[in-house]
Amino acid sequence: MKAGSPIATSSIWPEAPAAPPSGLARSQHKSPGETVAGRSAVTERAGRARTTKRGQPDREPGLKRANFGRGAGLPTLLLLPQVLILVFFFFIPSLRALTQSVLLSDPFGTTVHFVWFDNFKALFASGEYRQSLVTTAWFTVAQNVITLAIAVVLAFATDRVVRARSVYRTLILLPYAIAPAIAGILWAFLFNPVVGPLAHMLHGLGISWDPNRNPNDALWLVIMAASWKHICYDYIFLVVGLLAVPVSLMEAAAVDGAGPVRRFFLIALPMLGPTIFFLAVMNFIYGFFETFAIIDAVTHGGPAGATNILVYKVFVDGFINLDLGSSAAQSVLLMSFALICTLLQFRYFDHKVNYGV
Amino acid sequence: MVERAPILDMICHAILIAGAMLVCVPLYFAFVAGSLTIAEVQKVPLPWLPGDQFLANLQTAWVKADFSRSFLNSIVVALGITAGKIVVSLLSAFAITYFRFRYRMLAFWLIFMSLMLPIEVRIVPTFEAVANAALPLQWLADLLHVADLWKWISGHDVAIALEWNMVNTYPGLILPLIASATATFLFRQFFLTVPDELCEAARLDGASPLRFFWSILLPLSVSNIVALSIILFLFGWNQYLWPLLFTTDKDMATAVIALKNLIPRSDSEPAWNIAMSGALLAMLPPTLVILLLQRWFLKGLVDSSK
Repeated sequence: MKAGSPIATSSIWPEAPAAPPSGLARSQHKSPGETVAGRSAVTERAGRARTTKRGQPDREPGLKRANFGRGAGLPTLLLLPQVLILVFFFFIPSLRALTQSVLLSDPFGTTVHFVWFDNFKALFASGEYRQSLVTTAWFTVAQNVITLAIAVVLAFATDRVVRARSVYRTLILLPYAIAPAIAGILWAFLFNPVVGPLAHMLHGLGISWDPNRNPNDALWLVIMAASWKHICYDYIFLVVGLLAVPVSLMEAAAVDGAGPVRRFFLIALPMLGPTIFFLAVMNFIYGFFETFAIIDAVTHGGPAGATNILVYKVFVDGFINLDLGSSAAQSVLLMSFALICTLLQFRYFDHKVNYGV
Repeated sequence: MVERAPILDMICHAILIAGAMLVCVPLYFAFVAGSLTIAEVQKVPLPWLPGDQFLANLQTAWVKADFSRSFLNSIVVALGITAGKIVVSLLSAFAITYFRFRYRMLAFWLIFMSLMLPIEVRIVPTFEAVANAALPLQWLADLLHVADLWKWISGHDVAIALEWNMVNTYPGLILPLIASATATFLFRQFFLTVPDELCEAARLDGASPLRFFWSILLPLSVSNIVALSIILFLFGWNQYLWPLLFTTDKDMATAVIALKNLIPRSDSEPAWNIAMSGALLAMLPPTLVILLLQRWFLKGLVDSSK
């Protein structure tokens, strides 16, 4: 998509990446690469840049110059399905979470009291919630680091090899198709303390591995399963990003005597900085929210709450313990996490230093 | 750039083989376990080579998890989510790029804000909302004292109790998931790159907005639609939390949820061979999709990243 090019042209590499030697083009997949820059243009900034380029600064951002005028009837009709779903299933529930978080009601909903921020105070006072916070922090950070590290190494290797490249890529991308719950089940079997082949190897090495009893083992098990499922996502973005690094820069460095590894760390990786930042945010979102299935299928938050991440706790408190006030307060806190992540993403789109990679 | 570095190339191949193994080892062991009898699968260590019970186990898993029903549910839900998201977001993207109306930016920001509200953070209230989708109308009725109004008009006492329960229905599984900020922005970006001349020409020829949308914009968007559909199909098939809450009736379970019942718990017979066969079955459709449509899948994956 060309919509990204305004940002690219305003970057510090005016000549090279405006039309990036696009993405997978080198490996005959033209379209994905074309759009790498395109995703950076979600912001209104991109819209405005287009506007000024056309010399019509008075135009509304994100509106086509050739449009169908001012009638409000048809566009309202067109927007109606999306807006109705948003109002019914997104905004009203969110508002209810907000109101419930300051109310105290018994499980049968017969009495309701307004309690200001007591639910939040109770949350932060409870050891269980603080443990859940710490667990989530460990879980997301470890998952993030492992996923990114492996993806970077694999992407580097993929960029180097010529033979069988598409075979490797296909295989490494396979987990994308696999549901998180199923990924969790596969790993739960591998590391099952009784029958799991890898658990058997660990026992052979003298490690007393038992995720059903040992909290640390359980946490590592879900971290591994979550990372295994998500490496492919980071990997493909890095591969596409590496293809878009200007060849001229790499050649110049090679002429100056920098070897492939050095070029990778000193040129390619820094140029991929924005991509890596974006991936780190996406990993956090994945770790916070989408790993629910892994936890539920593998450990149920146990043993002793060792894998009770925040999302799982919201679910347990809301649906099993029926503590609606506390669950709603947790929802509100999670929403603020999601808000931070979205703002960070937004910052990525809006990043001034975007090399068009 | 051609450069000879045979040792480094060998290391790179080794790294990639290790990466491919990392992906394949769990799948291979699932296959091995899925091909053994229940007695063999409990033997330690697990054999390295598959046994001969693979097809029998597939059949057992298929029957035990009632996959003929849950696969149908999964297909309906995944296709419903895909089609719904595409239609809804194409229409809204068309509205916010091609029309100048007062609430345009408000609509844009409403859609954008939904990015901040992933379903996991508002499970309980969303469940309530879908368990009785008529709830907001009920509030409205209460707020406006419709019952009193009716009494005043007709003299009859009525109690207004609206209920529209969507638990265990396909709409309940599909509708809450089809609003999509990501897809809307993707199409919006694409529409912004469509040459203005096309719209001008269409208007000169007297085409209505809908005609322009149907005859010009839609055909131009086909490649984007296909690419995005693949990602959305995978998204729909792999849903977990929502079907888990919403399918209290076994007949409405999706494949992934049905699979969950096959996993051995500590108090049951450890039938890992059946569980692994079931896992392979449940992951088969999405895997086939990305293997057969790899080119489109890659495009969709990179495009749809918010």
